[in-house]
Amino acid sequence: MFTFDDSWYLVLGAILFSIGAVGLVVRRNPLVMFMCVELMLNAVNLTFVAFGSLLGDVGGQTVVFFVLVVAAAEVVVGLAIIVAIMRRRAEANADDVSLLRG
Amino acid sequence: MELIWLIPALPVAGFLLLAAAGRRIGDPGAGVLASLAVVGSFAASVAVLLTLAGEPEGSRQITQTLWTWIPADSFQVSFGLLADELSLMMCLFITGVGALIHVYAIGYMRGDPEFARFFTYLNLFIASMLLLVLGDNLILTFLGWEGVGACSYLLISFWFTEPANASAGKKAFVTNRIGDFGFMLGTFLVFVTFGTIDYLQIDAAAPGVSSGTATAIALLFFLAATGKSAQLPLFVWLPDAMAGPTPVSALIHAATMVTSGVFLLTRLSPILEAAGWANDLIAWVGAITALLAAGAAVAQNDIKKVLAYSTVSQLGFMFIAIGSQNYVGALFHMITHAFFKALLFLGAGAVIYSMSHEQDMRRYGQLRKYLPVTFATMFIGWLAISGIPPFSGFWSKDEILAGSFEVRPAGQLLWVAGIIAALLTAFYMTRLMIMTFAGGTEQWRTRSEDLLPEVPHDVEADDAHASGHDDHHAHHLTPDHTPREAPAVMLGPLVVLAALAAVAGLLNLPFADSLHFLDHWVEPTLEGQSGLPDALVQWVLALTSIVGACLGVWFAWRVYQQHRVDRTRIEQPVLAHAWHIDDAYARVVAGPGEASFQGLADFDHDVVDGAVRGVGGATQQAGDAVRGLQTGFVRSYAFGIGLGAVALVLFAVVRMSL
Amino acid sequence: MIASETLNWLVPALILTPFVGAAVLAVMPARRAELFRPVALLFSAATGILAVYLLTQFDGNEAGFQFALQQPWVERLGISLAFGVDGISVFLVVLTGVIFPIAMLGATPHHDPKPYYAWLCVLMGASMGVFMALDLVLFFVFFELVLVPMYFLIGLWGYAERTAAATKFFLYTMFGSALMLVGLVATAVLHQRGVGGQLTFNLLEIARDPGISTNAARLIFVAFAVAFAIKVPLVPLHTWLPDAHTQAPTAGSVILAAVMLKLGTYGFLRFGIYLFPEAAVWAKPVLLTMAVLGITYGAIVATMQTDLKRLVAYSSIAHLGFIVLGLFSLTVVGIEGGILVMVNHGITTGALFLLVGMVYERRHTREISQLSGLQKSAPLLAAVMTIVVLASVGLPGLNGFPGELLALLGAFQTSRVWGVIAVTGVILAALYLLWAYQRTFHGPATGENATIRDMRPSEVLVMAPLVVLIVVLGLFPGLMIDRMEPSVKALVAHVDERVEDFEETRYEFVGPSPDTGGEAEGHSGGDSSGGTGEGGGAG
Repeated sequence: MFTFDDSWYLVLGAILFSIGAVGLVVRRNPLVMFMCVELMLNAVNLTFVAFGSLLGDVGGQTVVFFVLVVAAAEVVVGLAIIVAIMRRRAEANADDVSLLRG
Repeated sequence: MELIWLIPALPVAGFLLLAAAGRRIGDPGAGVLASLAVVGSFAASVAVLLTLAGEPEGSRQITQTLWTWIPADSFQVSFGLLADELSLMMCLFITGVGALIHVYAIGYMRGDPEFARFFTYLNLFIASMLLLVLGDNLILTFLGWEGVGACSYLLISFWFTEPANASAGKKAFVTNRIGDFGFMLGTFLVFVTFGTIDYLQIDAAAPGVSSGTATAIALLFFLAATGKSAQLPLFVWLPDAMAGPTPVSALIHAATMVTSGVFLLTRLSPILEAAGWANDLIAWVGAITALLAAGAAVAQNDIKKVLAYSTVSQLGFMFIAIGSQNYVGALFHMITHAFFKALLFLGAGAVIYSMSHEQDMRRYGQLRKYLPVTFATMFIGWLAISGIPPFSGFWSKDEILAGSFEVRPAGQLLWVAGIIAALLTAFYMTRLMIMTFAGGTEQWRTRSEDLLPEVPHDVEADDAHASGHDDHHAHHLTPDHTPREAPAVMLGPLVVLAALAAVAGLLNLPFADSLHFLDHWVEPTLEGQSGLPDALVQWVLALTSIVGACLGVWFAWRVYQQHRVDRTRIEQPVLAHAWHIDDAYARVVAGPGEASFQGLADFDHDVVDGAVRGVGGATQQAGDAVRGLQTGFVRSYAFGIGLGAVALVLFAVVRMSL
Repeated sequence: MIASETLNWLVPALILTPFVGAAVLAVMPARRAELFRPVALLFSAATGILAVYLLTQFDGNEAGFQFALQQPWVERLGISLAFGVDGISVFLVVLTGVIFPIAMLGATPHHDPKPYYAWLCVLMGASMGVFMALDLVLFFVFFELVLVPMYFLIGLWGYAERTAAATKFFLYTMFGSALMLVGLVATAVLHQRGVGGQLTFNLLEIARDPGISTNAARLIFVAFAVAFAIKVPLVPLHTWLPDAHTQAPTAGSVILAAVMLKLGTYGFLRFGIYLFPEAAVWAKPVLLTMAVLGITYGAIVATMQTDLKRLVAYSSIAHLGFIVLGLFSLTVVGIEGGILVMVNHGITTGALFLLVGMVYERRHTREISQLSGLQKSAPLLAAVMTIVVLASVGLPGLNGFPGELLALLGAFQTSRVWGVIAVTGVILAALYLLWAYQRTFHGPATGENATIRDMRPSEVLVMAPLVVLIVVLGLFPGLMIDRMEPSVKALVAHVDERVEDFEETRYEFVGPSPDTGGEAEGHSGGDSSGGTGEGGGAG
């Protein structure tokens, strides 16, 4: 019989993470790539919360706050970089920005 | 009276004064000042000598420690002066002859733009030489030893714009350094053997030294002496050293510095006493050097080169005496030689001066008409060096030859070698006198420089075989040149030296024990006396040597004055090249020597540094190889991260399930 | 080993004054360009004066560390700010204090004076720190800190190939330092494990009772030795030096030769022989061989150089060989000789680089083949050059001689073969230096060589103290030897005490004794029964 237990949260987290990861690798648009990163981060958050409730440990939720803060910082820096790149180039394509190629 | 310090201090003061203000004092003030310093030093030597003579025999030693120079643990080197019979005798003749040559140089160097610099060096030289003989330990002697070497270097390359002069200076210093190798090792060996380097302590401890150690020490110091005193195999620098101004040749390269090897071995006579076969080696090296150098002198055309080879040869005589443990003979000859060789060099300088700095004897001739005083004084020098009694050279040379006669193995052979060298000496000196002062014609009127038969050794002017000239002035000896006698300031020293060369034999006449003044004076400082043969044998030996000398003179007369024998038959190229010894060295140094040095430098650059650069290059290549992974595409990095994460998870899972 | 703590404010003053100078320079406004040099000179000269004051207050009869200072730094790890000066380091401190102002006076940068002088000040402070640090970590910090300013000095103010040379210099030395870091951590940890108690990096505490097994000590010694051998440098780890010297600006070359090379030899003495006496005795043959190799090989390669600076660089390698030879003779005489050469090489080679710099400034080349007859137009420069060259050759009466003599004598006493080979270096030194002098200063003055300017009064002022030192230390080396002797004797006694099969070699005059042969006795500590195996009796 179909039961709705905590493992479904984990499955959802894994699916979201995979979508994010595949999107990051496949898409060229930096904004979309950025959103994929956010998706991955939140998938991880979901997993943390799920485990937290599963194990009755409040630590899982604590970590989420850290991730949120770091993600916020990352958004600030990342968007700034993207805006800077967008200003210099008409088209937004992450592959054009490969100056670090060896 | 502790005036010993004044002896070297006066020339040092002169040196400092001239170094500071020489240019302002100028010409001839600087020369006068320098001469006064040396004269003062001579006076101080006399004063100390008188003090010393007042002491009873056997305790004539005054030491004066000025300060402790190198106080390292048990290796205490004092800056101490030792005035004894030997060192004071040396001081007297260094300052005496030195003062005369200083005065002479005032005339000779007149007008040279570097007049003051010349006398600065000259005073420094005298100071170093005095420290060499006065030092109470080996290291202080080494200070003087190196000091005179440095001054010699500076003075040989005095006219430095001529590459040959500069090269000759460097050659002298480096060759002497090879000898210094022996000096330093000898000093070290003395120190680890006796625990001291003070002469007085060495003298006290020497009688107990083992023969093997003594031989090693003697050989090492003999190596040092072959450098400074221009013996085989290191004599090659001395002929080149004639590139220096003539007063330098007279002072440093004839009278004083080159005798320091003889002095050193005499100082160490207590060790030589026990040195066994090292003494025979010394005697034989001396004899062979005397012979070879005398042979080389026969075929030289440069008047200074003749005298240079003659000096090498005469020093050889002194080493025969050292090796025969006839130290008094060596010292006696050192003194007489200083007188007559300085005289001959200064005379040659006067000739060169009056002949517009031409040194080739083939362009002289008949000069006695123009230069009567020079001729007269050099005539005495000629008699002295040729060994004609009663002039000084005869007595000292005869003492050496007589002393060698009874040396253990093959002393008679030594004596024969000495006689032949003496005969050759008489020959080449007569040749020099005839070519310069007599001969048929005034050659410079008829023979211009380019008409001279080419002697090959003059054209090679490579690094190791420099034939530097006394002067940097261009030679313009024209056919209408009229030689004029040198000024009085130059002739004065000549006359004094001629007088000394004539009578110096009185120092040590062989006839009666009471006449052995030198013998009695230095005896307390010396160990070991060779036995002289009995009186009859001595007479025979002396007569033989007189006959030999006369024979040499007569033969030279036939060849060069009467032209009975073609001179080219005597002046073989091999002699003109001094037996090709220097050439051989030059070839080795310039050939395999330089090649191996260059090879090592290339090795350093290519292999040692190459390895370092190789490591750097390999790192770079490794970096190049993996840089392709760094695509610059974020997604490929993300893909890599993903793969890595999966791999890690897999690894963990597999580990856990095992 | 700590002898006194009076006046120990001098130690931080010596280190901090230059750093303060660097900080002041850093905040100075860029438009006051004319002030950079005076400010840098002011601070470095002040440090120099403090160093000389330290020397005057130094008690020469004392073997231990004076002006000692100890403050905890990282207490949990036992790292402390431990400083002190003994008879071995005092002269290096003074040398550092004297050479820096002279180097600053003697050569000016062609651009960016502000960072140039600031880096020099940092370099000075760090060098001071190295010579006074008595804590392994502290020593390491300063040892590494020295690299940074030198890297920039070569890389920014050097000649054409400066970047490559600076990188090579930095990487090469870092390689050694990495090993040393491992070595010093291992020392402290093993010391704690062997002795118990607190972890400590204090040199004196560890040396008092290392508690490290023989094998471990030898391994650690090797780690230290590689670092120091690169720094010295010993052949075959030397090739960074000619490049660094050739490409560095004049002041950089002067300091590199005078001070930085001494870090390696000083390290050998303090952290090699003192810390690991047994390992030092064990490694002696190898190090002596490298020293002799350096003396002969360096001299031969120097002979064939065509660039004046490269030639002087290789001559440095030869001279540094004499230092290591003296130190690892492990005799009082030899070590004293080594320390003397350290200081005197700093003076003469510093002077040589300054002179070569003056020649370069006039002729814009260092190629020997381009130079000729300089003595004609610059007699004063030539005269100073002659004195310095003769000092470098080791002429007695000038400062190069006493040290070389004692180093060679030390080697001759304990390791005769090495000593004998090393003496050939004396011949070679005359060869390459006089040949170089002959080719550049003698001969006809051709082309531009005929019109160069003689020394300016300011240049005379720079060279004068060095020439005075050359003569004074040549005639009165006792001024130094007397002050270092207690410390050196204590060091040799320390080795003697720690190492079982080591006997101090010492020869003394015992007076004439006709029966036994009057040979000197090689005394070994208190044992007066007879010579060591090597005393006397050579054939």
